[in-house]
Amino acid sequence: MDSETIGPATQMPPPLLSLCGITKQFPGCLANDAVDLTVGQNEIHALLGENGAGKSTLVKIIYGVMKPDAGRIEWLGKAVRIGSPAQARSLGIGMVFQHFSLFEALTVAENIALGLNNPADRVGLQDRIVDISTRYGLPLDPARAVHDLSVGERQRIEIVRCLLQNPKLLIMDEPTSVLTPQEVFKLFETLRRLAAEGCSILYISHKLEEIRALCEQATIMRLGKVVAHCVPKEKTARELAELMISAKLKEQDFGHKIASTAAPRLVLDRLTIRSNQPFGTDLKDISFSVAPGEILGIAGIAGNGQSEFMDALSGEIPAGSPKNILLDGKPIGHDGPAKRRRQSCGFLPEERNGHGAVGPMSLSENGFLSAYVRGALHRLGVINRRRTFDFAAGVIKRFDVRTTGPQAEARSLSGGNLQKFLVGREVVQQPSLLVISQPTWGVDAGAAAAIYEALVALAQAGTAVVLISQDLDEILLLCDRIAVIAAGRVSEPMAVKEATIERIGLLMGGSEAEAVDALPA
Amino acid sequence: MSMVEVSNFIISIIAASTPLLLAASGELVTERSGVLNLGVEGMMLIGAIAGFATAHATGNAYVGVLVAAGAGMLISMVFAVLTLSFFANQIATGLALTIFGHGFAALLGANYVGIAAPVLGKIAIPGLAEIPFLGPILFDQNILIYFSFIMLGGIAWFLRKTHAGLILRAVGDSHDAAHAMGYPVIPIRYGAVAFGGAMAGIAGAYLSLFYSPLWSQDLAAGRGWIALALVVFAAWRPLWLLAGAYLFGGITYLSLFLQGLGVPIPSPLISALPYVGTVVVLVLISRDSRRIRLNQPACLGKYFHAVA
Repeated sequence: MDSETIGPATQMPPPLLSLCGITKQFPGCLANDAVDLTVGQNEIHALLGENGAGKSTLVKIIYGVMKPDAGRIEWLGKAVRIGSPAQARSLGIGMVFQHFSLFEALTVAENIALGLNNPADRVGLQDRIVDISTRYGLPLDPARAVHDLSVGERQRIEIVRCLLQNPKLLIMDEPTSVLTPQEVFKLFETLRRLAAEGCSILYISHKLEEIRALCEQATIMRLGKVVAHCVPKEKTARELAELMISAKLKEQDFGHKIASTAAPRLVLDRLTIRSNQPFGTDLKDISFSVAPGEILGIAGIAGNGQSEFMDALSGEIPAGSPKNILLDGKPIGHDGPAKRRRQSCGFLPEERNGHGAVGPMSLSENGFLSAYVRGALHRLGVINRRRTFDFAAGVIKRFDVRTTGPQAEARSLSGGNLQKFLVGREVVQQPSLLVISQPTWGVDAGAAAAIYEALVALAQAGTAVVLISQDLDEILLLCDRIAVIAAGRVSEPMAVKEATIERIGLLMGGSEAEAVDALPA
Repeated sequence: MSMVEVSNFIISIIAASTPLLLAASGELVTERSGVLNLGVEGMMLIGAIAGFATAHATGNAYVGVLVAAGAGMLISMVFAVLTLSFFANQIATGLALTIFGHGFAALLGANYVGIAAPVLGKIAIPGLAEIPFLGPILFDQNILIYFSFIMLGGIAWFLRKTHAGLILRAVGDSHDAAHAMGYPVIPIRYGAVAFGGAMAGIAGAYLSLFYSPLWSQDLAAGRGWIALALVVFAAWRPLWLLAGAYLFGGITYLSLFLQGLGVPIPSPLISALPYVGTVVVLVLISRDSRRIRLNQPACLGKYFHAVA
């Protein structure tokens, strides 16, 4: 378009960033298919889509980490090529990654220095970090090592690192998935202030309420394509969700049972464990009990001891004394995972490939590894091929796992499909205790609904379920009681009906005393 | 013991410790970048024969040292190409490098067995070398002994204080994060491997041109392996490396010293002392696995595939 013919009076400022026809092909998957996106100046723009919709690929292209196969990028009306993150930063693009690109062994200041290309920017860095962090309400101590910091503090490092370079566009990839509700509130204040001061924000998320509260414009992606541009405040969360997954959502409401009076199935008695990981969290003095038929939710922000807690319950780390963990009154604290499985326990850790399943092995082999005792899949140490194959085929059928069959390698499945198989593998064994961590992380809404139904059905049949999750909505939906893990301590479980978001948020932040004060009088 | 005997004793410990310090400081930099090169012993032997042959041909030991550094670097590049560009397993490739170094040095050295080459002379620092007792220990040594201290200080400063050192540590700590920030992971690792190779080559030249100036086939005698163990012992920290190298150098010399005194212990047992010491110290250190893992570069020995 020729701007002279329009005349200066009607001339609009060009959009800050405009993408046109961006296409990126991965082997076996078209991650971005002719994507258009325009971010205006001073705008908070949402990029919305499910896991696997191609959002992360798109922002990596904007940030210069990946190169598009086709398409045009315009910055302030001029076509640009962004060949590297350094180039993106010199244009004025800053990015806060979903999985933080931080170096655990280094200090805050060292981490920030690594993000600054220009040596002149690194002069007097410590003072400038303190200056920026106080100005925007993001308190940080430059001399502390990153592995000592909470996830919320780590995110502040990334934000401060971007702000030091006076960006015009700040990309935030799923920033709130690791924050307490209170931290989210503070983050939004900071972002609104930044936008008002002239920094546009591209905000990536699949959390609909957040986007409605924060963003002025939204671009919705599905399976690599843009399906809609809209103003999020004009839509309901449900409408947004349906655009995102292109299907009518079924309302799920499982109702919450009142406390069971049956003898507890699982009792933890002052469980204390030292983490075996270098940057791990020690478990301190955990006591609670779970009754048959009950779902207990363990909420909390990542890195507060969830993985150690999972390992302690599954037997991967033995407890200090056998009596720390009682199953139906029997001490099992020193039993390993196989021995606990033989006593009718089921476990599913957070990490699917490599912990929950062996990636290069087939689904039927993976089924065998967990179910060989209770599924009677072997005789005198020899694998019964037929029964093993049928076992896996049964799980695939019942849980609608999209795969070529039981002989498919576990790593060839998408995250959601593999998770459905793994949940199914544990559920069909009808364990009397199931401990499951992050069951729907990275799983699409349809698969998540199927997993929820399976867990609830299992509990109704009398299984005690411990659900460790960072997704508060999931816990509030499924669980009968909820406890919060923070810094390796687990709070007293409370009935979900009595729990308020505010109180849970305070517990997640580790402030037990304030949480008690926040109790309704 | 007289003052002179004590001073000679210390000088001998320094002489025994320097090759360990040289090779281990190179490997420390390599490992800090996230690459585990088990071929230190092989690179030392190749440096030793290259330095020896050059010095023998040119009559100049200093030229020999330079060529040894170049040879060590060259052979380390073979390792780098295989592991960093073709994703060969680092452990297997490193072992192969050591075996290759043994054989190659023996082949080239076949004609030199028992022959002497020019030796690195001592360089007395004017004025300071005349200080009684300390002078001969600290200021009347050969150039590689000064060099080993300067390099160690330089490495400590580089890793702690410079931006380039920070990037190197970052690459070893999380190559994915470093890549996401736009740092060239593979070229940085090439550089770190090359530095490790050069230092191992120089350590080899120290052995063949100063420590045991007659060529013999098994010149390195496991020092490359001890250097590798030292890096773990020091938990990848340069100043601890200095302490470790002198501890093991001291044990090595002590075993020779005890043999010389005629202590009634079978001499093979005494010769085994440094190796037994290595095992014992490593076991003691590994008792706290958290400390090792806290300091170990998190990406040590892992493949890096850039997705672009």
